[in-house]
Amino acid sequence: MNDQKSESENSSSSLGSGMTRQEYWKKNITCVLSLLAVWFVVSYGCGILFVEQMNKISIGGAQFGFWMAQQGSIYVFVVLIFVYVRFMNRLDREFTGTCQNEEKVQTEGEEQS
Amino acid sequence: MDVQTWTYLIVGFTFALYIGIAIWSKAKSTKEFYVAGGNISPIANGMATAADWMSAASFISMAGMIAFSGYGGSVFLMGWTGGYVLLAFLVAPYLRKYGKFTVPEFIGERFYSKTARLVAVLCLIVVSVTYVIGQMKGVGVAFSRFLETDYNTGLFIGMGIVFFYAVLGGMKGITYTQIAQYVVLIFAYTVPAIFISLELTGNPIPQFGLLGNVSDGTPLLQKLDTVITELGFGQYTNSVMGSKLNMFAYTLSLMIGTAGLPHVIIRFFTVKKVSDARLSAGWALVFIAILYTTAPAVAAMARLKFTKTIQVDKVGEVSGNIEYEKRPKWFKNWEKTGLLKHEDKNGDGRIQYYNDANKTFASTASEYGWKGNEMTKVDNDIMVLANPEIAKLPGWVVALVVAGGLAAALSTAAGLLLAISSSISHDLLKGIFRPQITEKQELNASRSAMVGAILLAGYFGINPPDFAAGTVAIAFGLAASSIFPVLMMGIFVKKMNREGAIAGMIAGLGVTLLYVFQHKGIMFIPGTSYMGGMEDNWFFGITPNAFGAVGAIVNFVVAFIVSKMAKDPPEEVQKLVEDIRLPQVNEN
Repeated sequence: MNDQKSESENSSSSLGSGMTRQEYWKKNITCVLSLLAVWFVVSYGCGILFVEQMNKISIGGAQFGFWMAQQGSIYVFVVLIFVYVRFMNRLDREFTGTCQNEEKVQTEGEEQS
Repeated sequence: MDVQTWTYLIVGFTFALYIGIAIWSKAKSTKEFYVAGGNISPIANGMATAADWMSAASFISMAGMIAFSGYGGSVFLMGWTGGYVLLAFLVAPYLRKYGKFTVPEFIGERFYSKTARLVAVLCLIVVSVTYVIGQMKGVGVAFSRFLETDYNTGLFIGMGIVFFYAVLGGMKGITYTQIAQYVVLIFAYTVPAIFISLELTGNPIPQFGLLGNVSDGTPLLQKLDTVITELGFGQYTNSVMGSKLNMFAYTLSLMIGTAGLPHVIIRFFTVKKVSDARLSAGWALVFIAILYTTAPAVAAMARLKFTKTIQVDKVGEVSGNIEYEKRPKWFKNWEKTGLLKHEDKNGDGRIQYYNDANKTFASTASEYGWKGNEMTKVDNDIMVLANPEIAKLPGWVVALVVAGGLAAALSTAAGLLLAISSSISHDLLKGIFRPQITEKQELNASRSAMVGAILLAGYFGINPPDFAAGTVAIAFGLAASSIFPVLMMGIFVKKMNREGAIAGMIAGLGVTLLYVFQHKGIMFIPGTSYMGGMEDNWFFGITPNAFGAVGAIVNFVVAFIVSKMAKDPPEEVQKLVEDIRLPQVNEN
């Protein structure tokens, strides 16, 4: 997953001040990995591995660990995807801004739907 | 009006709706047939994905499975939703960027190999066919139970409906019908849940009702724990499924399996651009979460209600158990189907329902004069279907649930049939054997492949192989161990080559199949399981259904080792990987 560092043939895509392909990809990966860490903690962490400890806390009439496994983790999953969508849309805009000149040429060949 | 009339009316209305949509959305090009023209809005696609995803198993069986396994059933809830996080982060945007029609097509081009494509098609067909059989069975059962038609007639009607809109409209027809089907199924699932939650906890929102109190002031879950432990069952809120390791592996298998199911992935090919694919995964999960957060509430409430129906009062007192003659009407109805069975073991004319496998409790029970659990069969599947009857809801609610179950089964079946037919016409025919055929010929071929797939699914629906019931989880294991890892390596490991990918896929699939077969019998034929289904021989106590995660690890390891021994992928393939990682390039 970290092969992007060893690539030298793509340095042509860097446009001076802007974001390079490698930087874009690195930010994408960092975002995904941090969100996946949350994903892991709420489901496998709270719901399975540390469920007994979590069950000492209660939420309404339920134990917290049980609730995380059956309800809570699902709500967090939904939030995670929308956080990711927002982050990536912003990242895309930043990147398109910097790479506009270069990418325009490629875009013309692609289908416009 | 009685239940039967309502059922005919509501089911008939929904079927007419699906047919109407089919006529309106006929596919004219291969692009419309395979990916609905590629311009579905993210919310609409999210809704269609949710319907595609939620099968007869989610709708009918899941709440029942949770009801009888309690906390352990959480693996289904987390596994079947958490996979969407992986789909959104790791699969959907990149495959949408790639911008073609099928999953094997991506695998074939990324690994510059027709063999890889062929292996992928095989995995896809095995996974999809095992999965579609369950849906067809669901259609037949729903018809035979509620419309009092013969099972086969029900199946033919179901096949006919799918045939109509899938063959005519392809992905376009399927997408629009799935949107309608989502509305039907979610309505059908939540309405009875609201009524039962109101009745038990006074809260109309089932998700909150689960945390609420029952009429005597104790929390619902605590009450449930007390009621069932008094009968010797394990506590609802902390009964683990197998072991924690097994639950971990099971959840992981379901999650990565979800992210590797071709019929789900191709749904993301129907949106306009990469950012829409990400957004669409989010909407899909919102729509799925509505049902998946209702299910655990239904499960707990139905379990409590069901147990209290039989154990009406104090355990141990004669009058605590209901008299068989006084059993409610729904009880009689389900007895007729054979899914609910009672045997009066101690001949007292009353029903005793308890856990006779619990030795400590069994000895207490014999002091009461009980001679074993008399509910000799309580099928998981009846919990959702009987719920409205147990809660004494009006006939139209019962009819709605039937229409919802049919919508869930038909929408999933259609999605799977499309994945099968497109991999046959686009990957096998156009991609490998007859590349020279025109678009029109390909469109005809995909329609014929669809007809073939429906007939095959129908055949297996009428003559269900023994293994049909247990196969949905296995299908996930296979998707998890073969398709998901190869997609991950194709996207995230630029240097992964053809040799590594093929070896990995075969190893992952092989190990998983071997493990399943050695414990469940070769091709699921009983008696051929050479290591026996017994727990002692399970690898670290992992059940065969949960083994996909281990298969995936084997896939990754083998692929990395083999790839080190072969040449790097060619320049243009590395360029392709670079390209799919930059989402904005072909966006407007």
